[in-house]
Amino acid sequence: MEQPIHRALGLTDDELEMIEEILGREPNYVELAMYSVMWSEHCSYKSSRLHLRRLPSKGEKVLVGPGENAGVIDAGDGIAVAIRMESHNHPSAIEPYQGAATGVGGILRDIFTMGARPIALLDSLRMGEASDPRNRYIYNGVVAGISGYGNAVGVPTVGGEIVFDATYDSNPLVNVAAVGILPVDKLVLARAEGVGNQVILLGSPTGRDGIGGVSVLASAGFGAEVDSSKRPSVQVGDPYEEKRLIEACLELLDAKLVVGIQDLGGAGLSCASSETAANAGLGMDVHVEKVPRREANMEPFEVMTSESQERMLAIVTPENTPAVLAIAAKWEIPAAIVGVVTEPVTFRGQDGVGILRIFDAGELVAEVPAKSLADGAPVYDRPRAKPEGFEARAEQDPTDACRGVDISVELVKMVFDPKEIYSQYDHQLFLNTVVGPGANATLLRLSSPEVGYSKKGIGLSADGNSRWCALDPRRGSELVVAESALNVALVGAVPTCMVDCLNFGNPEHPEVMWELSESIDGIAKASIELGVPVVGGNVSLYNEARGRNIEPTPVLTTLGLVDEVNAVPPARRYRSGDSLVLVGTTESNLAGSRLAWVNLGLRSGSLPKLDYGVHQKLIDAVVELVRAAAGFSVSAISDVSDGGLALCLLEMARTSAMGFELDGIGDDPVVELFSESPSRVVVASSEPDRVIGHFAKAGLPARVIGRVNGSKVASFGAGSTVAL
Amino acid sequence: MPPTVGVVVFPGTNCEHDVVHALGLLGMRAQIKWHGDSELSDCDAVVLPGGFAHGDYLRPGAIARFSKVMSSIVKMAEAGKPVLGICNGFQVLTEAKLLPGALQKNAGLRFICDVEKLEVASNRSVASALLQPGEIISLPINHFEGNYTCDHVTYDMLVANDQIVFKYVDNPNGSVGSIAAISNPRGNVVGMMPHPERAVEELVGGTDGRKVLSSFIEAVLNG
Repeated sequence: MEQPIHRALGLTDDELEMIEEILGREPNYVELAMYSVMWSEHCSYKSSRLHLRRLPSKGEKVLVGPGENAGVIDAGDGIAVAIRMESHNHPSAIEPYQGAATGVGGILRDIFTMGARPIALLDSLRMGEASDPRNRYIYNGVVAGISGYGNAVGVPTVGGEIVFDATYDSNPLVNVAAVGILPVDKLVLARAEGVGNQVILLGSPTGRDGIGGVSVLASAGFGAEVDSSKRPSVQVGDPYEEKRLIEACLELLDAKLVVGIQDLGGAGLSCASSETAANAGLGMDVHVEKVPRREANMEPFEVMTSESQERMLAIVTPENTPAVLAIAAKWEIPAAIVGVVTEPVTFRGQDGVGILRIFDAGELVAEVPAKSLADGAPVYDRPRAKPEGFEARAEQDPTDACRGVDISVELVKMVFDPKEIYSQYDHQLFLNTVVGPGANATLLRLSSPEVGYSKKGIGLSADGNSRWCALDPRRGSELVVAESALNVALVGAVPTCMVDCLNFGNPEHPEVMWELSESIDGIAKASIELGVPVVGGNVSLYNEARGRNIEPTPVLTTLGLVDEVNAVPPARRYRSGDSLVLVGTTESNLAGSRLAWVNLGLRSGSLPKLDYGVHQKLIDAVVELVRAAAGFSVSAISDVSDGGLALCLLEMARTSAMGFELDGIGDDPVVELFSESPSRVVVASSEPDRVIGHFAKAGLPARVIGRVNGSKVASFGAGSTVAL
Repeated sequence: MPPTVGVVVFPGTNCEHDVVHALGLLGMRAQIKWHGDSELSDCDAVVLPGGFAHGDYLRPGAIARFSKVMSSIVKMAEAGKPVLGICNGFQVLTEAKLLPGALQKNAGLRFICDVEKLEVASNRSVASALLQPGEIISLPINHFEGNYTCDHVTYDMLVANDQIVFKYVDNPNGSVGSIAAISNPRGNVVGMMPHPERAVEELVGGTDGRKVLSSFIEAVLNG
């Protein structure tokens, strides 16, 4: 027997009952389709919303927090910065090129919807092991998709990260962050204000691509086989259309011709119409026959749920409508008046209810309270359970078992040059990139045609670490936040806010829900301690393939502010003769480290401790040092993290094509070199005493551990060397 | 009116603001010109900046060459005014037959964004007059279709007429003769794949692009 329609659409029996309760009748097929996409996990956050409330989102510089298309902070001098991060994991697993490309397109629309010009993209990629052909296909497709779309749409990709790990086999993580800037007074929100205002659909004609993308694809896991039948649920992107849409929308917003504007992303027209109406507390009539189509004979439900890319919904007064249509025509953007904003009405005895009505050639085909679609999804407190054996595993310290390894052999396995990726992305456009990809963090000047050329800058860093979070989702997440905040400090930026992508497995598994809840608590704790509010983000659940959930992977992008960018800060390129100074204390603990976890498969122990007081002092001292780098004769600086001190130093050596000799490593070299305990940096300087003195003032231990020489060998002491 | 450089924008162009900024830093007035307007009579020179004009549909530059503005650009080129095509602008100039040859996909079939060393092959052009032949400069490149190609007859003609302006030191894209930039025989029309506007400030990209753009500006001023 075939399953009932609501279940085929991804709605549960209880959810159907809730819809019947709201409407006082059975929903018709169009209504069911709309509820199914709007109440999907992807759109409604029904499993995570309860927990997301615990993330602190307020701060002195926060102008717009979560819930809008993007978070916005005040950078001073009348400049606002919009930032947003989103995942496009499931589409990228099915169709890597288009999945990644449309991930870029979608996040850019979130930025320019706010009135901001997108100036930067960062992409955080997590791929299955490269030895598997399917993973290589995904990896190549994703990188090509980001390159193909990002370059052509004209927004530089200035940073990101790449991780290969078996936990992402067949279920890659493609997390993209976008940043935009705008004059503060040009900020726009997604609201359908003003009864009688016109609803104008701008951009690509609507096709059948991406129908049910959020419900069929993004809110369910993958089985043993990758399911090609889901491929029509992946959208297809056109960067040229998006580029023109960006320019047209910025021109519309600059001329203040629109009352409100919203992009069409997941759940398409259902989402944009119901959200703009619900945000204003009003209703909306939409006439689907007026929606420009690229395919014949589309049903109303298809028009309402299509995720065709490069579309925007603008709310415009009747007087301004001709001017809006003229700007659209200039940029060769199709535009159609598809509806009108309506008065709230009395609905089932309740006053002031905004109703979304869908008409097809005059025939009413759907009639639902806009708010019930946009905000009415159930909030689930799904069962949570700590994984069995969690404590026992924490007690098995892997450190002893690591001590005998060959340092050089293990280190070489960790090397990967991300240049093969970022050289495929335009990272120079707009003349803002002071420090580009491949460094600890990105440093951008804050400039655009709209705000002019300012001295201000932003630091950006995207970070995640599934090993730490798998071992302990709460403390692992704290460590990730701490690392990300320190990274932006390394380019002289004061950590100011962050956005997150929470990538987890199937929330119907209690262990996964526990991981999610713990991780959120960890992020919240670190956010408060380090004063970095979470201004937006997204949650990607059902990351499971071949019957296995991915390891919990919260990924953050931290944004820091720089008042004045006067010089290129030191990165990883040191000079011959410089001393290498290690700042911070190394804990004798390899739990969760790359050496123990990946190289040796020792997946247990308790993560190194994080002292927020020390970490904050380090961040402050690093910012101060970097801003006065020339005064301290500092040539290079890097944090010690993934791969420990050994990988940190080897990356410096490879970047500089120049070796070094360590002599300050104690009698426990494997632990010293591979520990990933937090709150540590390496500084290369020709005046090490001044650097040590600077950190001593902040109460932070620092010591010389070696010296850069002219050789082509990285020498770690005790006979461990790596040829460059 | 002070001398003015027109910076042409097609839908899909994305380097126009960078070019205006760079020329401005060097003291030259620059104005953005929409491709659908045919008039360039208030401009003393023109730059076709980088990007993806008309989405690079069909081939880069293949649609742009039919834009209204192109007739004015052809007139300026024939009148000996400075015309500079950067990256996508170079592709447009070859499609419009203002420069010989064509730009095909990079030899590695990948997009490349990097900084490349260039050797000045000729200083007889509006983009290189202030440089010395043999001088090495570093400029950013950013393209998928930057692999310059032409037939033997054309190549011999380019060499004979001293039309090769810049050559890559380490050919990154497979270009014939490592060609990074060429001019017309008169030297007033130059197409180059590297981006001089991305190298005018110490803070971003270095300053080697200044010499290229200053050469161009001097040609404008000496009109």
